[in-house]
This record gives sequence, structure tokens and C-alpha cells, in this order.
Amino acid sequence: MNRIKQKLSEDKKILSIYFTAGYPKLDDTVQIIQDLEKSGVDLIEIGLPFSDPLADGPTIQESSTAALKNGMHSELLFEQIKDIRKSVSIPLILMGYFNPVLQYGVEKFCQKCEKIGIDGLILPDLPLDVYQEEYEALFKKHGLINVFLITPQTSDERIKAIDDASEGFIYMVSSASTTGAKSGFGQEQSAYFERIANMNLKNPQIVGFGISNAETFNQATEKAKGAIIGSAFIKHLTENGVDSIGGFVRQIR
Amino acid sequence: MSYHADEKGYYGEFGGAFIPEMLYPNCEELRQNYIQIMEEPSFKEEFQQLLKDYVGRPTPLYFAKRLSEKYNTKIYLKREDLCHTGAHKVNNTIGQILMAKKLGKNRIIAETGAGQHGVATATVCALMGIQCVVYMGEIDIARQAPNVARMKMLGAEVRAAKSGSKTLKDATNEAIRDWINNPVDTHYIIGSVVGPHPYPDMVARFQSVISEEIKRQLMENEGRENPDYVVACVGGGSNAAGAFYHYLDTPEVGIIAVEAAGKGIHSGESAATSALGKVGIIHGSKTLLMQTPDGQITEPYSISAGLDYPGVGPMHAHLYKSGRGEFISITDDEAMKAGLELCKLEGIIPAIESSHALAIFEDRKFKKDDVVVVNLSGRGDKDLQNYIDYFNL
Repeated sequence: MNRIKQKLSEDKKILSIYFTAGYPKLDDTVQIIQDLEKSGVDLIEIGLPFSDPLADGPTIQESSTAALKNGMHSELLFEQIKDIRKSVSIPLILMGYFNPVLQYGVEKFCQKCEKIGIDGLILPDLPLDVYQEEYEALFKKHGLINVFLITPQTSDERIKAIDDASEGFIYMVSSASTTGAKSGFGQEQSAYFERIANMNLKNPQIVGFGISNAETFNQATEKAKGAIIGSAFIKHLTENGVDSIGGFVRQIR
Repeated sequence: MSYHADEKGYYGEFGGAFIPEMLYPNCEELRQNYIQIMEEPSFKEEFQQLLKDYVGRPTPLYFAKRLSEKYNTKIYLKREDLCHTGAHKVNNTIGQILMAKKLGKNRIIAETGAGQHGVATATVCALMGIQCVVYMGEIDIARQAPNVARMKMLGAEVRAAKSGSKTLKDATNEAIRDWINNPVDTHYIIGSVVGPHPYPDMVARFQSVISEEIKRQLMENEGRENPDYVVACVGGGSNAAGAFYHYLDTPEVGIIAVEAAGKGIHSGESAATSALGKVGIIHGSKTLLMQTPDGQITEPYSISAGLDYPGVGPMHAHLYKSGRGEFISITDDEAMKAGLELCKLEGIIPAIESSHALAIFEDRKFKKDDVVVVNLSGRGDKDLQNYIDYFNL
């Protein structure tokens, strides 16, 4: 069974952490993954940096620019984590923009992921219809779960289509925004969380964007299965380096 | 075979809408409505009226006698440089502001490189009394001060794009991020035939007035609608899309797209996308773009800010790949020389973008009775400082 599905079947709220590979230092990748697992995180999203991350706010943009400057690229990331399954068993997802995957070769990319033990991909700019027409069979062949996003503006009809196409979880973007921590959720979010919960989707939802601390984590997971923290963790790494990852995670729960 | 976009916005293998879900509702709203709105009689009437009374259309199709004599062929110039605001850009912004109104939007965003599209957008927003925010790379703001001032005078807010390389592609990223953050009340006026479907097709349709007029005017001048060749410069490719539009599926009309080679195609400082680009995704469109082997988008270079884009519209990528279009690249030096030559021979100071199209005659020879239409996309007022520096005037 795919590690993501297994984790989702557990009776607990999921804490997922995103970080940008190659940041703050080029070789921090493996230590960050190991420390996140040790700290009790449930799921890790490894960000493949891109020069033009148009769905991201300033924090992830800056970490991506810095990671590329440090020399990060797809092949190097695969090289860094080639033995990762010897030391961790946590579900691992690669998250990035579609162009670097396209240039690497989608099939070769999927093969590599399977070999290393990557469990899923999040490629926000790979649209649902293109995925279904061109890549679904390939992803499945290599045991990769593809995660789709929904937003407060996504129609019920489209959410149902995305739910049908998903196997694993749905990435529920908390508000109409790019990534980056905000100061809590308001009534609008509560109504949206409620609306989605009432749709009784077959896939659990994990909320992302705007989650930065215990308060927002708890708000987000009141109805949803879990929540994702990205920018707040990147900020933590910027300020503290990789030495106090456990401390950061303990503040959340 | 057609060289126009299909229903899903593909030109051959190029185009489509590679967008994150956050942009889907906006693009989908536009996709479902744009053709229908453009075909409404009330829309058409207002669009035509503004093109005539406000932009100053039709622009002349001018037979350039002395230039023709020099190159021993028949050269016509389509005078888009005489449009209000100084370039063809305004054809599209007029169309899109009317589109935004029909969609009930009350806030406009745009990206700009050199500032021409920013000025054309600020202009139509002033005309309609609609709030306008223009994103411009921090570096471009510094080097295009007069256009920044124009936008401000027209009531637009100019916001600096400080991410990445701080130029046009980053301004486009920032505009897209703004749209993600303001999904309900805002319309994004993209300035070229780039971006996710339906933008390339919609912008091409608004610019298609250029070739519509060429057909009519050539009939008056030459007794035929079709030239032997139509020539235009290509950055993202909106003026070229407009000049080629009604000839795309007319194989007897040769299509010549002129790209900026900068300091030379292989100099490392170039914007010749067809020669240097590979298939990839930029700003939501699958097209040819300049990138590293790892798929990171690289920064192009051209003396002309309007051609300084690392990608090219999907229509043009298809024209290149299919062989329908002939692609020529022109260096900074060749373009500057051709620009000055037009001043001396015809009394017209062209934009440096358009000078690239004029520069092909030095090496690309035509028959004596060939009719060659060059789209003179903009005037050179904005480039005066560049001309002064280059020629030590």
C-alpha cells in the first residue's frame, strides 16, 4: 500500500511540512527530512525549486531563488535522496512546477521517483485534463499519487471531478491567495471548510496556504484531515538553520 | 490544416492552459465567454467606434518608395506607429477593457516590460474610469522612466516587481500572483499573444484588425488582397499575430517573423527564441522558451525591451515548428542601422522593435515585383535615448 494512503488511514490529524530542496544550504535536504520524521511530522513535501514560481508568495520565491543559486536541480535532488528509504519511512511527496519535470522527461522522472521511494507528486500547473489524457497511466504505473488543488473559488462540479480523479488526498487551498503565512482564518474560511466537509468527498482533504502555528493548524484541521505548513517552516529555517526543526514542530502540536 | 487555435487553445502541440487551480475559475470564465462577447453587436460597435475615433484607425498602408527602390522590391509599411499611444498595443487594450466591462470587472491589472503595454492599459483605464495597477520589473522602472511617468499621469499605480530577474517575465509573474489574490473583481489584461488559453487567441483576434485592414488597403493599392510576404517582429508576438492573422491559412502569402538576436544568437545575450528555445511551459502556455537543461527559465537580452521575452506565443511556436513561417533573427546592430535608414529614406522614426523587421532587407532578397508588407508596429519616440546613446547623436 502506498505510504500516503496508509498514513491517511490512521486515526489522527495529519501534519505535513513543505520545504524547498537546496535551502538554506545545498546539502541540507537529507537532514531536514530525517529531522522532520523524528519530530513526528506525518508527511513531507520536498519542493523542487523553479525560477518562476507563480503560485508562491515571497517566502517560497526567495527560498527557490536561493536554492537555484546554491546549485539545486532535479538530478542533484535525486542523487541526494537516493538512499533516503534506508533511513526514513515517512511518506514523501515531490512538489514543483511542471516545466522542470517536462525537461527531465516525465517518464524518466516517474521512474526515478519510484526507484527512490517517492510516494506522490504535486504539480500545481499540470491541469486535470492534461494529466488524465497524457500522464495518469504513467503516474499509476510507477505507484505515484498525483495530488490536485482546490480553492474557495472551485465550483462543486469541478471539486467532484477532482475528487474522482484523486486517490490519496485533496490539497485544499485555504483562501484565494499565493502561498505565505497570514494572521489566521476568518468567517469566509470557516464557511468554505464547512462547505467542503459537507460534500462528503471520497478523498480526505489537507489544508494548505496560511497555516503557520498551532492556532491556524487547529482551525484548519477542525473539519479537514490535516494541514500543510510551508512558508512558516521556510522562515524558521532562514532564521535558525536546520538545528532546531524539532522545536518548530513541537510549537505546532 | 488551420494555423489558428483549436477549441482548447492549441496551435498544433503548443498552447493550452497550464495553470494552477487558483487561476482556473478566472481563465474558465474568460474562455467560456470571450468569443460570444466579441461577437455581440453592441461589443463590436463600441470596439469599432473606439478604434476609429480614439485610436485613429484605419492606420495607413504606406508604399515606401525610396526604401523599395533601395532594395529593389515593393515595400509597404503598415503604420501601426500612428496609433494613439504610439504602437499597436492599444488595439488589444481597447478590446480587453470592453471585455472586462462585459464581465463586470472593476479592477484592471497588467504587466509591462518597456512600458508600452502599461501605457496602453493605463490609457484605456483612464478612458473608462477603471482602477489600474501595472506591474513592471524594478530594473525596467529604472531604465524606462518616461513611460513610468506616463502611466502615473494616466492615473495608474505602477508596482515594482522585485522577484527573480526584476524584468518583464517577473512582472508577468507578479501580475499573475495579483490575479490569484484577487479572483473575483479583477481582469488581467495580458499584452501579448502569450499566457494561458484563451489569451493567445483573444489577443490575436483583437490585433487581427491589422491584417483585416491590410487586405482592404492592398486591394485599393495593388488590386489584390494578398501580398507575397508579410513581415513582423516577434517578442511575445502580438503585432505579428495581428499582421499574420488573416493570412495564416493562405499559403501563397509568405509569413516572415523576425526575432531579436541581441548581440548574436550564440553570444549568450539574445532573445531569439525559435533558435534557442525548447518546448516547455511559461506563464501557463506550452511553447518554445529559453531555458536551462533543468527547465529553469533564462533571462533573454535585446536592445529592444519589447522583444526581450524568453518565450514566444504558441501561434508563433507552431508557425516555426510547422515550417509555415520563415524565422529570421536580427542583431542589435542590424536593427539600429535599419532604424536609422528608415529615418533617412522615409522620414519615419521607428520603434527599435519594428527596426528589427526592417533589417531583413539587407540579406533577405525579394523579387522586384514582390509585394512585401512590413508591420511598423510602433514609433521610435520612446527609444530616443537608445538611439542617442547608440549613434552618439
